[in-house]
Amino acid sequence: MQSNQELEGFRAELRDWLEANCPAEMRGGEPSEASVCWGGKNFQFESDAQRVWMERAAAKGYTVPTWPVEYGGAGLTRTQEKIFKEEMDRIEARNPLQSFGIWMLGPALLHFGSHEQKLHYLPPIARGEIRWCQGYSEPGAGSDLASVQTRGEDKGDHWLVNGQKIWTSYADKADWIFALVRTDREAPKHKGISFLLIDMEDAGVETRPIKLISGASVFCETFFTDVKVPKHQIVGEENRGWDVAKYLLTHEREMISGGGQGLSGGRALGAVLNESMEDGREMDTTLRAAAMRCEVDALSIGLTLERYKDQAEAGSGAGDASAMLKYMGTELNKQRHELLMSAGGSDALEWDGPLGNRPADWLRTKANSIEGGTSEVMLSIVSRRVLGLGA
Amino acid sequence: MANLVKTEDETMLADAARGFLDKSAPVKAFRDLRDAGQTHDAKMWKEMADMGWAGVLVPESAGGSDMGHAAAGVLAHEMGKTLVVSPFLSTAVIAASALRNVSDARAEAALASIASGDVTYALAVDETAKFNPEGTSMVATREGNGFRLSGKKTFVVDGGLADRLLVLAKTDDGLTLFDIPANRDGITRNAQNMIDARDSARIDFENVEATGDDVLGQVDSAMSILKPALEAGQAALAAEMAGLSAGAFGMTIAYLKERKQFGTVIGNFQALQHRAAHLWCEIEVTASAILNAGRMLDDDPDNATMAVSLAKARATSTAQLAVQEGVQMHGGIGMTDAYDIGFYMKRARVGAEWLGDYGYHAGQVAKHRGF
Repeated sequence: MQSNQELEGFRAELRDWLEANCPAEMRGGEPSEASVCWGGKNFQFESDAQRVWMERAAAKGYTVPTWPVEYGGAGLTRTQEKIFKEEMDRIEARNPLQSFGIWMLGPALLHFGSHEQKLHYLPPIARGEIRWCQGYSEPGAGSDLASVQTRGEDKGDHWLVNGQKIWTSYADKADWIFALVRTDREAPKHKGISFLLIDMEDAGVETRPIKLISGASVFCETFFTDVKVPKHQIVGEENRGWDVAKYLLTHEREMISGGGQGLSGGRALGAVLNESMEDGREMDTTLRAAAMRCEVDALSIGLTLERYKDQAEAGSGAGDASAMLKYMGTELNKQRHELLMSAGGSDALEWDGPLGNRPADWLRTKANSIEGGTSEVMLSIVSRRVLGLGA
Repeated sequence: MANLVKTEDETMLADAARGFLDKSAPVKAFRDLRDAGQTHDAKMWKEMADMGWAGVLVPESAGGSDMGHAAAGVLAHEMGKTLVVSPFLSTAVIAASALRNVSDARAEAALASIASGDVTYALAVDETAKFNPEGTSMVATREGNGFRLSGKKTFVVDGGLADRLLVLAKTDDGLTLFDIPANRDGITRNAQNMIDARDSARIDFENVEATGDDVLGQVDSAMSILKPALEAGQAALAAEMAGLSAGAFGMTIAYLKERKQFGTVIGNFQALQHRAAHLWCEIEVTASAILNAGRMLDDDPDNATMAVSLAKARATSTAQLAVQEGVQMHGGIGMTDAYDIGFYMKRARVGAEWLGDYGYHAGQVAKHRGF
């Protein structure tokens, strides 16, 4: 425990640092898919300010504030992290770097990886140098994820990987992929999977974007043809990849449930709705009532995310409750974007119209309750594991 | 932001309360009280006072246990689970919070009488069918050194039996809060036949005398005392409703695991599993808002308004969902008076209205969030 004096000292120092280092362009505004800084070898920064903000934050470990310093983080305690978040929110600072490496692979590596793996893979994630994507779903393995068929043949010092992944978000922009690969075809489906790390530049890896209802091509299909994956690129034990996959999924679900969508501390939906009515309209009573309900739920779900982090700090993780957070957060986010569309009226009906990319963002959210496990899968997890219902 | 994990003390308090209430106040005790036409169990209130519950917000100097608002929420939550009837919210939470904000010898004595369990209070604020303290029209007219109160109050929870009343009335330049005995000349109390079978009254005031000593705090500035009292009450009521939700939910889950149809327990049907799982999610999210409100009242009471309204709004919507889903998943038996789930539904409806409904509190949240 740190004293209040130490914590206030940390806050003051942080506030000064943010004032001096967070460029004005990186403050304020509703975050959108387009304004996210993803990092990676081929990332096109939208501005110098975005690049500078990422680099300055990374140098302090603030892209991954709670990771240990030796792996590129700032080693903040839970209380310091809260202060960090409060101070970032206070100036409405944008997240300097977001990525699947930070949200998903990082926590899994911190938990299951060897020290060498952590030293090798984590700092480039923290610095925004390497961008990761996720190779989980397959055409025949969606909600039934454990039935993945992409196979890895044991060739002594490497696995020979063949198969197809789908819904590999941003695979066309990623440098590496973490993938679930079947390494034992005889074992029961959960017990023959390994968690492999694969360089997208390797021979035999091919990826193609898929055009989505939003007009964007966020999702891809990724093919592996005789790809050689060295044995040291496995996380956890051989055929125990499902444990890693599940652990990572709980982080993925928490990420999707919060998603930087203003669930706590961010700007109020009602305020955003009001501002977006540039022609002087006001919210009608139906919209206002819906916005109020959204706000009540958003703040409470935000508090619940914080409560689970507090519990994790005290030694009991969210575990199956991450299914709850994912379900509640994503259903709310969809609702939020329905209201944004409604507030925008006909101005929100044009691609790149007066309200920018609002329709694309709205359509993007429809995936929230599918990706990382559908809402129905989440409810089944809760009813089975938490409530003890059913077989 | 406060830590949102229950402390060891809070967990122990909850366990101790549960132990006592399971023995002394299961739902059966409420049913017996209702069947006997009673709305108060004096013996049990005395026992609660002996355990320090009546003095949960009373300073130790006045004989209280001074455990704070989060602890009051823990007690209210446990009481809510089994629909315990007591003047806890009116007296130990609302009146004690009001009196605590007055520093004089009379308030100190009043606090001591609350902590000992000797005196009960009711808050007389509402005049219309919806909570709106700022819209109070009851008048307190100056007369000599004192006042004369005339007007009508409604939905005075615990007002039929309370020893004393906290009455909000209009004075020359604002609102004033009076603390008067409930049997003073000119006061007529009409008990309401409430759906939740608890004490509530319509109260008429006809030229009721109030001295300067009966004024709590300063004339014309009731809100400096009433606001923290209302917020304390709203947060504890929210905790009670969260407990009520948990109680109704527990009954419902048990029923899903026991009732058989189509040759299997109905909890095996996915349609019901998903309804139950959704309800659990709502309860879990609401729990965070409740704990946060208690922490804010304890740590930063001047800035707790939004946290309290958030808790009351969420507790209201969750309790209403819990009882509706509870009755639906029980099916026909849930419609019978012989079965307990209906008690939860009726208490949830009363709790939803008391001290501000969903719309009132969601509006407060919106105001604090700038729209």
